[in-house]
Amino acid sequence: MTSTTVPATSGEVRRSGAFHLHAVRRRLLVHGVQAAVLVAVLGFWQLYVGADSRKIILYGVPSGIVARLKEWVTVGTAVGSLGDQIKVTIEEAILGFLIGTVLGIVFGLALGRVRFLADVFGPFIKVLNSIPRIVLGSVFVLAFGLGLESKVMLVIVLVFFGVFFNAFQGAREVDRNLIANARILGASRWQVTRQVVLPSAFTWIVASLHVAFGFALIGAIVGEFIGGLQGLGVLIKTAQGTFDANGVWAAMVIMGAVALAAEWLITRLEKRLLRWRPPQLSGPDL
Amino acid sequence: MTTQPAQAPPAIELRGVRKDFRSPGGEIYTALRDVDLTVRVGEFCAVVGPTGCGKSTTLTLVAGMERPTEGSVRVAGQEVSGITSGAGFMFQTDAILPWKNVLDNVAAGPRYRGVAKRTAHSNARDWIRRVGLAGFEDRYPHQLSGGMRKRVALAQNLINEPRILLMDEPFSALDVQTRALMSNELLGLWDQTHPAVVFVTHDLEEAIALADKVVVMTAGPGGTVKAEFPIGLPRPRVVQEIRFEPEFVDLYHRIWETLRAEVDIAYSRTRARAA
Repeated sequence: MTSTTVPATSGEVRRSGAFHLHAVRRRLLVHGVQAAVLVAVLGFWQLYVGADSRKIILYGVPSGIVARLKEWVTVGTAVGSLGDQIKVTIEEAILGFLIGTVLGIVFGLALGRVRFLADVFGPFIKVLNSIPRIVLGSVFVLAFGLGLESKVMLVIVLVFFGVFFNAFQGAREVDRNLIANARILGASRWQVTRQVVLPSAFTWIVASLHVAFGFALIGAIVGEFIGGLQGLGVLIKTAQGTFDANGVWAAMVIMGAVALAAEWLITRLEKRLLRWRPPQLSGPDL
Repeated sequence: MTTQPAQAPPAIELRGVRKDFRSPGGEIYTALRDVDLTVRVGEFCAVVGPTGCGKSTTLTLVAGMERPTEGSVRVAGQEVSGITSGAGFMFQTDAILPWKNVLDNVAAGPRYRGVAKRTAHSNARDWIRRVGLAGFEDRYPHQLSGGMRKRVALAQNLINEPRILLMDEPFSALDVQTRALMSNELLGLWDQTHPAVVFVTHDLEEAIALADKVVVMTAGPGGTVKAEFPIGLPRPRVVQEIRFEPEFVDLYHRIWETLRAEVDIAYSRTRARAA
């Protein structure tokens, strides 16, 4: 008995060990190439631009960006401490993102579920969506002043439509059988909306959140750009006004870090909310 | 066969039913016409017919998901308006909620009706056990096999103790062995609460093995009831074995004669359309 099982087990172990080794090697290769690409781009930039002091003023240079970041962290920026600027921008973005998302979900589901509402409000929403909404930033600054409100309004307007259209589509795409089954089991129309349509549309809604948070950051920064006293947008504007290309880049690096952190949080939320889904297929590219 | 007082209304009664659908192009498609069908309280009625004869449409009318264009549909003597209460419906495809586990799926009906969570869950556990899924309460639908998902759907419906159970080719997606097993289970469960059943199927063998009455429908469009055959085979039945009984074989031949003509018509119409 043992003589037959032992080779079999060791075979299993050896195979899974080889598999593990293969996976590690592949991961090393991917990270290695990534690092090489980064070094090549930054190195070229540093060497090509850094050799000419006039070009440095026009384009900025990696070493200068790092120095500027260090200065902002230790000394502070032209408009106040760096932490305050980041906090202001994130506050505007998150507040507007939350309000815009909730409004988008509520309106999307309502119009997706009630045909009458869709018929009445559909054209309005199409028109509002087709205008370049970023211009509304000027209107909001005039109407609500240079403070938090005007930026939050702009963020809401930018976030709303993406979430709305996905929620609307999600509500429309719900499997008819799921709804019919719930209705026959005794669910009211409201229960169907809450317990069948909303969870089903979540796949669509969550997909839109990634893009929506990007829009939220854009809205906050453009709002500050158009008229603001504090925030990363103001920082960029000030840097631009003083021919400080390194400062513009440095602010962008900070925004990138914020966006990545938000992306990570949204992905975690997605995993939590969509836990019921079967694991994604993994395998070779087809 | 239970004898009823003459005044007790049948579980389901269709009289002169016609159902038209309007296509997006504006043409009218008649799915059903002149349908008369009566299902007694507690009766198991199987409906067979060629593809596109309106079997499923009949079920949606009884469930209240659609209204007849003409005629009347009554459930327990009441004209159907809105979703029929006291009905269960098993779909051909899965209709259980993929984001709820087995326990919450089965408890859904009572929860919709406002039963407290604790009561609904203990009742659900009981039904999960009865359909043979004890131990799978925490699984999500995608973790179950096709047959297990059908069991969940069955428990989800039966927990409401429906007076009528409408089944639209519920086992057609299952493999042959699982299907026979599920048919047996269905008969056992049906025996416990005895709802009136309308069971739509393509499979004549399945129909005869399960039902008290087999209804043959004509080829669509405009399908109607062609003939009804009472099935007097003794109960309890074992689905896998009953097909060898001489009486079963005899019934099969008689009903198949009637059905075959309609299948031929449906086939030639499809071919004419394809040509």
